[in-house]
Amino acid sequence: MTTKAGYEQVLDGSDTKVAQFETRRHTVLERVQHILHNNPTFVPVIVLMLSLVAFWIIAGGRFFSAFNLSLITQQVSIIGMLAAAQSLIIITAGIDLSVAAIMILMSVIMGNLAVNMGVPAPLAILAGCLGGMAAGAMNGLLITKIKLPPFITTLGTWSIFFALNLWLSGAQSIRSQDIDKNAELLKFFGNAIKLGGARITFGVILMIVIFVVLWYMLNKTAWGRHVYAIGDDMEAAEMSGIRTERTLVSVYMLAGLVCAIAGWASIGRVGSISPQSFYEGNLQSITAVVIGGISLFGGRGSIMGALFGALIVGVFQSGLRMAGVDVLWQVFAIGWLIIIAVAIDQWIRRVSA
Amino acid sequence: MTPVVSAKGIVKRYGHVTAIDHSDFELLPGEILAVIGDNGAGKSSIVKAICGATTPDEGEILIEGKPVKFSSPIEAREMGIEIVYQNLALSPALSIADNMFTGREIRKPGFLGKFLRMLDKPAMETFAREKLTELGLMTVQSIKQPVETLSGGQRQGVAVARAAAFASKFIIMDEPTAALGVKESRKVLELIKDVRARGIPIILISHNMPHVFEVADRIHIHRLGKRLCIIDPKDYTMSDAVAFMTGAKEPPAQDAA
Ligand SMILES: Nc1ncnc2c1ncn2[C@@H]1O[C@H](COP(=O)(O)OP(=O)(O)OP(=O)(O)O)[C@@H](O)[C@H]1O
Ligand SMILES: [Mg+2]
Repeated sequence: MTTKAGYEQVLDGSDTKVAQFETRRHTVLERVQHILHNNPTFVPVIVLMLSLVAFWIIAGGRFFSAFNLSLITQQVSIIGMLAAAQSLIIITAGIDLSVAAIMILMSVIMGNLAVNMGVPAPLAILAGCLGGMAAGAMNGLLITKIKLPPFITTLGTWSIFFALNLWLSGAQSIRSQDIDKNAELLKFFGNAIKLGGARITFGVILMIVIFVVLWYMLNKTAWGRHVYAIGDDMEAAEMSGIRTERTLVSVYMLAGLVCAIAGWASIGRVGSISPQSFYEGNLQSITAVVIGGISLFGGRGSIMGALFGALIVGVFQSGLRMAGVDVLWQVFAIGWLIIIAVAIDQWIRRVSA
Repeated sequence: MTPVVSAKGIVKRYGHVTAIDHSDFELLPGEILAVIGDNGAGKSSIVKAICGATTPDEGEILIEGKPVKFSSPIEAREMGIEIVYQNLALSPALSIADNMFTGREIRKPGFLGKFLRMLDKPAMETFAREKLTELGLMTVQSIKQPVETLSGGQRQGVAVARAAAFASKFIIMDEPTAALGVKESRKVLELIKDVRARGIPIILISHNMPHVFEVADRIHIHRLGKRLCIIDPKDYTMSDAVAFMTGAKEPPAQDAA
């Protein structure tokens, strides 16, 4: 049976060592590109550091004070949580235009139940969280079972959830005093710890906890590896034994849950429950994700990038405001940030490994 | 002897294209069955139907005598059936170790694994390195390397190693040596024989006649969407086989059915 062809006889003498190479001297730029390729969160971290220093110089000590920096974290906390949810979806090569609508709808549900209908606050919050998961499941099932593109699905559910929210709330806000009287727990995440001049709200801590937990799930569990594989190449993931539909639905449900929790936290942040708030939350969450270096093509990038992306946006807004720059130029700057972030992402991905 | 796989009258159409046309298929215990045929003859299509990657429109498939209807490759995999796809089915951005273990990851022992579901990356990496070394894929420098940074042949090696490591019933290899070098092809052939020696039968699709004639116990010749005949490599020459599969010569009166 062993009929090795003549030219194969010499194989017995072949080398058996693991390959080792003398490393050619790479140019500085090549090395930077390589490091960034392996550590996708470096870019947003560096940009965050640089922008902090830049605004310190431009806007002075008032900007770089413990008080102002902690204020920035408070300002980004809600969008940060939405960005965490959005990252999950974008890593699967999807997009979720309904994150902010889910968040507001769930905060309205929590408020209606607890404040207007006298349901105990913990139950109202639980109902909101379950509602968030149901809304996510609806997105996920439409995408996997009816095979609608995520963009279209969530464009539709955005309107649906927003309309439900207006209906349930009667387009009325629930006032701060009424919440204090009936369901103080809803404002829990508005509480804060004072550290020197800094004011760290529970909402900020919650945001960080959410990011750490999701990072762990994405990087240290099989589920997380499957999420990346799905975003990378859906068909290959299916063929190599991943239950892609089930995993995708779970991703949308988890994102919905995170949005609902963000809805709870938003009550503490805003003080009242307004059906009209965070109308731009969808796009702001996508902005944070993109600036954080997570690829819109899916499968690449770390969720921590979205946290830094949200912080970068917050730092720019605060810094430019303190430097006395008109709001319209703040918007202008964020626009350029998005474009530059995507351009850098493309450059890094061209790395010749 | 019950065949490991026995399929009858399989039909698969893609729109107007008939990929499989009332084809039969049979794999016997302990054998290496080579499947040869022209490009587009339907070789990949029929093995995909057997392993659940596609659902045939008609026909029945028996695994060890029991009828099965796989709706996904996961179900086939749970029975110990592994396949190396022609396009490999690897996730480019994930590491070699992650790819080898997709869908059957090892978790850390104790609390970390049970409740926090933490992966045991070192264990998976050691295992993956071992399997690649067995295949002689020494040129892979780091097991944590994303698959997209590997050469085409190295990727094929990863896919072959994955199938060989986990199969317990049978393995399908769809052109496993197409992109491999001389040394690596030789290793894959040795591996195929090792797997047979472990008692696990193999379906090998290949266009490489010397390889086919070296390892195969029987050769299934596929033509125009169906099985034309089965030949014993000891009774025929490579040119006979090529003549049958291209239609240059009438196939022998069938004895295998
Ligand atoms: N997903 C698909 N969609 C449409 N047609 C397909 C699909 N897969 C296969 N076919 C068609 O089915 C026929 C058989 O294809 P198949 O891939 O099984 O051939 P093959 O024998 O494996 O060829 P090769 O030697 O080139 O790998 C071809 O005519 C092909 O065009
Ligand atoms: Mg093929």
